[in-house]
Amino acid sequence: MSKRVFIIVPSTIVARGLEQIFHDLGEFEVGGILSDLSGSGVVQLRNMDPDVVIVDPSIFDHSSRGNARVTLAEYTSAAVLAIVGSLWDEESLKQYDGVLSLYDVPTTVIRKVRAALEGHGDAPRSEGEELSAREKEILVCVAKGMLNKEIADQENISIYTVITHRKNITRKTGIKTVAGLTVYALLNNLIDINTIE
Amino acid sequence: MKMGTSTERRLLSPSMKMADLMNLRFSLLGVLTRMGIPFGFGDETVEEICHRHGADPDTFLLICSVYAFDGYIPTKERLEKADLKEVLRYLRLSHAYYMDVALKELATALENLIEPCGENQKRIIWKFFSEYKDELAKHFEYEEKTVFPHAEAVLRKGSDRTFTIGEYEENHSNVEEKLEDLKNLVMKYMPAVCDQQDIFKALFYVFSLETDLEKHTVVENDILVPIVNRLENHE
Repeated sequence: MSKRVFIIVPSTIVARGLEQIFHDLGEFEVGGILSDLSGSGVVQLRNMDPDVVIVDPSIFDHSSRGNARVTLAEYTSAAVLAIVGSLWDEESLKQYDGVLSLYDVPTTVIRKVRAALEGHGDAPRSEGEELSAREKEILVCVAKGMLNKEIADQENISIYTVITHRKNITRKTGIKTVAGLTVYALLNNLIDINTIE
Repeated sequence: MKMGTSTERRLLSPSMKMADLMNLRFSLLGVLTRMGIPFGFGDETVEEICHRHGADPDTFLLICSVYAFDGYIPTKERLEKADLKEVLRYLRLSHAYYMDVALKELATALENLIEPCGENQKRIIWKFFSEYKDELAKHFEYEEKTVFPHAEAVLRKGSDRTFTIGEYEENHSNVEEKLEDLKNLVMKYMPAVCDQQDIFKALFYVFSLETDLEKHTVVENDILVPIVNRLENHE
C-alpha cells in the first residue's frame, strides 16, 4: 500500500506540482492538500493520519515558526518535511525530519521523503494488544493530568513520541478521554488514587 | 392525505398500522412513548392514533424513519411537510427522557455493578459517570436555552438575529467519547469481583443510551437544522 502524504502549502502550483511528482513515481499518494492550518483543515489532518506531511514553513507566522514541528505533532504523528524556495533560517529547519527545495528534481523529492520516514523511526509503532511498559508509564502521566509537553520533558522524549504513545494506548484500550484513561489506570492498579486527587 | 411514491413513503406511511410500524425496530417504542402516545392502540393506523393524541403524523413518521433506518437522510419534500414545533417538542421530551429515565436506569445499574469493588475504584468510576452526566446536561441546557428558543423565534419571524442555526455547533464529540469510554471500561476492565449479570445490565443501558443518542443527533442535524435554515433564509 502506498504511503499517504499530506501537503500544507499556500501555493496551488507547488501543491499540484508535488502531487504530480508523487503520482508519477508511485510509492506515495497525496491524501490531502491544505493552504494553511486553519479550522477544519486541522480536523482533516487529524482524521487522515498521514505517513508524511510536507509543509511550507511560511504558513506559520514569525513567532510560532520555531515551534512549527511541535504544533504539527499535536495533530499528526507523521514524518514532517519542510519545503522552502529560497534562503531560510537554517536553525528553524532543524526541527523538521527533512527539507525539500523547490528546485529538487522528482527523484530527489522521493529520496528525501523516504529518508525522512526512516529517520522518523523514533515514533514507536507499537504492535500487539497489551500495553508495553513504556506505554504504561506514559498512561500514568496522562492519568495524573500531565500535558503532552510536560510528559515529553519529564520522560526526555519528543512531544510527537508522546502523542504516538497516546494514540497506541487509545487504540489498545479503546479508551479515548483522559478521565477514562484515569479510571483504566486505577482499575489496573497502575496508579494510586492519592496521586490523582 | 395523498401518498408519495418513493419507496420510503411506501414503507412508512400514515395509513400503516401503528403495530406494524413499532414492530420494525425496538427503538421506535422510545419515540412513541416520548411523544406521549399510549400503548393499547390495537389495529389502528398511525394517522388515526397521531390525530387522537395531538401529534402530527408527518413529523412523527419522519422521526420514526431516522430511528428505523440507519443512514436515513430526510428528503426536502418531507422536511417541508414536517412541523418544526413538533420536532422541538420531541427533542425536549427526549432530553427529559435521557436525564430523568435513561441516565437514572444506567446510574442504578452502575451502582449495583460497582457495589463489590474497593472504595477507591467505586469513587473513581462514579466520578467518571457523574462528569459524563454533567456534560450531557450542560449540552442539553445549551440547546434548550439557546438553540430551541432561536428556532421558535424564527418560526414566529421574531428572531433578533443574534444567533443563527449555522452557529449551532453540533459538538457532541466529547460526550459521545465519554460514553464510549464507559462502555469499554465496563465491558473490558471491571474487577473480577463484579457480578456478570450486573455487567451485562450496565452494558445494556449504556448501549441503548448510546444508540438512542446517535439517532437523537441525527434528528437535530438532519431535521432541525435544515428546517430552521430554510426558515431563516425566507425570513
